[in-house]
Amino acid sequence: MSEEKKEKKAIFSAKNRKLLINPLHKDNPITTQVLGICSALAVTAKVKPAFVMTLSVMAVLAIGNVIISILRNGIPPRIRIIVQLVVIAALVILVDQVLKAFVFDVSKQLSVFVGLIITNCIIMGRFEAFAMANKPWESFLDGLGNAFGYGWILIVVAFFREFLGSGTIWDYPVMEKLGVYSFGYENNGFMILPPMALIIVGVIIWVQRSKDKTLIEEK
Amino acid sequence: MQELFNIFVKSIFIDNMVFAYFLGMCSYLAVSKTVKTSMGLGLAVVFVLGITVPVDYLMNKYLLSEGALSWLSPEFATVDLSFLSFIMFIAVIASMVQLVEMIVEKFAPVLYNSLGIFLPLIAVNCAILGGSLFMQEREYETIWQATSFGLGSGVGFLLAIIGIAAIREKIRYSNVPAPLRGLGITFIITGLMGIAFMSFLGIKL
Repeated sequence: MSEEKKEKKAIFSAKNRKLLINPLHKDNPITTQVLGICSALAVTAKVKPAFVMTLSVMAVLAIGNVIISILRNGIPPRIRIIVQLVVIAALVILVDQVLKAFVFDVSKQLSVFVGLIITNCIIMGRFEAFAMANKPWESFLDGLGNAFGYGWILIVVAFFREFLGSGTIWDYPVMEKLGVYSFGYENNGFMILPPMALIIVGVIIWVQRSKDKTLIEEK
Repeated sequence: MQELFNIFVKSIFIDNMVFAYFLGMCSYLAVSKTVKTSMGLGLAVVFVLGITVPVDYLMNKYLLSEGALSWLSPEFATVDLSFLSFIMFIAVIASMVQLVEMIVEKFAPVLYNSLGIFLPLIAVNCAILGGSLFMQEREYETIWQATSFGLGSGVGFLLAIIGIAAIREKIRYSNVPAPLRGLGITFIITGLMGIAFMSFLGIKL
């Protein structure tokens, strides 16, 4: 009981709120820390797979962070990479089986990229940088925060690519309902192609850094 | 023989790891500041992909896929262990990287010094695990096909990372808008290079 109270108090402390909010903007895993780009770009042709991918990464990152944080004093530093990989791989297998059981079509669309969560640098990066040195509850918040920061970029990129490329949002034919096709509007097939994801992320970085000058890199 | 060559060329240009699938992006962005270091990383990736893909092919064929264990005894003909493939592949990759590192250190110290820190880092490069997973998904028939796919993907990565490093060395002298400096412009250049590589899509092999 006393532990529960402590946790409740901790939820509202300013430091913990920072853990949750900082990765959304200033400390964003994709645009500032440059982690986890590999899988982020490949699944963003449509909003739905991007959303499922975000949930999977969130589950693996939050639970993995807690596990590593609980084990942190028992892991010999020399073999910590192997231990971390085993924890991640076990969690990813669970996520993969759940996806195959409940959303098979999305799981087919994501193909190898579910497996590639294992080598997603966000997860290893947060384990190394945060969970190895902090308590389970803080690690859990850090995991959630970073997954949210990863997720919103994914969903913004997917939104633009699906809206401009296929004229749909979450498979709902927006452009068709608006009736713009009868005026001669055509979908921009270019947006579906992989390179456009990179350019959209580049533009997001541009917007973010022009708003927040502190993030601009030295020459 | 021609088929092997086709797979090799296809995995370099048409199915390029970086431009078509975004694999290995993290190290691609982090290590592409100069041509020299990116050459080291690229060579290490070719090396490791050329070894791990055929080894994982054997694992998949004789251990993991459905009915693969029937060489042990006919009772196992229905056993399907493919859900274990992630953990098996990553274990093979991690141990292969360790092994390759020790062998290179012993027999080719010059190469070892030039590869330096990149060899251990490769264990967590998505391109390596991605190579094995694509090999499993595309169901190559012989070990030679798997090997030529692995080597081809590695060479594709090498080509991509040397290209971006050369451009980044030159772009330092141009006047990039301040918020785009560094990471932003690298993303956009990679996108443009990807568009250029898409012209290979028309090639039928």
